[in-house]
Amino acid sequence: MRHARLVWKNLTRNKRRSILTVLSVGVALFLFAALQSVLTALDATSEVGSESRLITRNATGIVFPLPEAYTQRLRSINGVEAVSWANWFGGTYIDSRNYFAQFAVDEGTFFSMYPEVQIDPAQLEAFNGEKSGAIVGQGLMERFGWSLGQTIVLQGTIFPGDWEFVIRGVYEPDNPSFGDENMYFHYDYLFENSGEAATPGWFIVRPSDPNLATEVAARIDGSFENSSDPTKTETEKAFQAGFVTMWGNVGFLVRVIGTAVFFAILLVAANTMMMSSRERVNEVAVLKTLGYRDGLLSRLVVAESLAISVVGGVVGLTAAAVTLGNNEMLGSILPGYAVLPSTMLQGLAIAIVLGLISGLVPARQAARLSVVDALRRVA
Amino acid sequence: MALVELRSLTKRYQTEAEIISVLEDVDLNIEAGEYLSLMGPSGSGKSTLLNLMAGLDQPDSGTITIDGSEITSLNGNQLADWRANHVGFVFQFYNLLPVLTAFQNVELPLLLTNLSKDERRERVEVALNVVSLSDRMEHYPRQLSGGQEQRVGIARAIVSDPVMILADEPTGDLDAASAEEILTLIERLNSEFNKTVLMVTHDQHAAERAHRMMYLEKGVLHQ
Repeated sequence: MRHARLVWKNLTRNKRRSILTVLSVGVALFLFAALQSVLTALDATSEVGSESRLITRNATGIVFPLPEAYTQRLRSINGVEAVSWANWFGGTYIDSRNYFAQFAVDEGTFFSMYPEVQIDPAQLEAFNGEKSGAIVGQGLMERFGWSLGQTIVLQGTIFPGDWEFVIRGVYEPDNPSFGDENMYFHYDYLFENSGEAATPGWFIVRPSDPNLATEVAARIDGSFENSSDPTKTETEKAFQAGFVTMWGNVGFLVRVIGTAVFFAILLVAANTMMMSSRERVNEVAVLKTLGYRDGLLSRLVVAESLAISVVGGVVGLTAAAVTLGNNEMLGSILPGYAVLPSTMLQGLAIAIVLGLISGLVPARQAARLSVVDALRRVA
Repeated sequence: MALVELRSLTKRYQTEAEIISVLEDVDLNIEAGEYLSLMGPSGSGKSTLLNLMAGLDQPDSGTITIDGSEITSLNGNQLADWRANHVGFVFQFYNLLPVLTAFQNVELPLLLTNLSKDERRERVEVALNVVSLSDRMEHYPRQLSGGQEQRVGIARAIVSDPVMILADEPTGDLDAASAEEILTLIERLNSEFNKTVLMVTHDQHAAERAHRMMYLEKGVLHQ
């Protein structure tokens, strides 16, 4: 601590360079936090589905619906306890950029399948009693400033036209990764107003014994094997993971590009720190003449680079937490997107390692410096 | 026993083409409280001799014993500790740290001791008072004249109360008036504070103010 002032003075001798170096490290760590949080959110999304719920969809692809008649056949299959169904709506609110997930669901069976969706029973009852009623996530309510009882109009894309909905309930998920920016409305409302035949997009099946989920899935697919619409059934978790694998390449690209940019910035920062140290070779020689040991001089050099990288890291990580932590746009694209404390700690650890590595070379140079040569250069 | 004893001191430098002998079999005794000057042409080995006596360089052969310690047998850390306690070094180009004030520059050697902050402050104030710079304590080197910078350098050299002061051309970068002030100050350190001084200089006038003049030529010391 006696030498803290010397470290501080050296750090502030070229303020512009120090600030720029701190900012370089800050940008690198901001980038790290942003990208790491994307990857964490992707991983969490693949984990959000239940192992004890099955999703039955058209084997040809998710965009192909299934006959409504499958409902009864599914219920009759041995090992199936409950069946519900849903459909994707794909509308936008006022502007095409205002995009969020909307599902047409069977009100009588859907919410009992999803205990993680927390809704006030009175609101659920109000929703059940109104054909154009909708239940929306708390995040959506906040994002658009909606209120309970408000009528909203969505522009349909798959089901064209203006669609009116009355908000009758607000849900909050018990797991952030589930997302609080979904909207649920009546399946009947969708098909009564679209004029199309009622065809579920997919079925949600609850096996009577979660341990037999795989066997039940095989049984379901087996029973529709020779039908006009064969099915593909898997656990909801596997179904979600399938969606995430569509992000797979994006995740890989994010990782590769982010890592390259990150290391480029780190190298620039490390080089700046080494340059700053090299410029003071004669001062190191003078301190050695005064009796400063090699070890102490090395520690002083490392302390400088450590201070720069840790301050830069804290700046970058704090900026990431503040600007990305509650970012609506990111949250709507990637439910559960958040800069987690574990990401912050990882970032801080990276900053410390950066400080140590970038200080290592100049510290070694300082320790090995020949006083005689250095003083001769000054002379 | 003399304060400084140099015995058969030899230092050679290896270049690509040849081996250059800088110091050849040098013997020297310096008594405590002596004031010596060392002259010689450029490249004669003056600075090398000074560096060896400060423990900044190692001889190829021979021994250096200062105040009872044979410094040629000490390792790097031991030499650093020994320098901190026994030698004050005055440079031609002052070599003050530009980011520190005069006070902070002088305090640097004391940061290696166990002295408290108040004790350090007291010692620094005394040292700066000796060199008549009490009113410039909070000035940075860039705010001082060359002569004043050298006086801060001298205060830094004496603040840890070393037995010996080694000065490498301390007036080499100064105008005549400032050089005279510095020489007077060094004389005072010797006479009033009983510091043993070895001063390397090119200036005959400066050298003559010492008690004893030595001349180094082609690695051989003439006393």
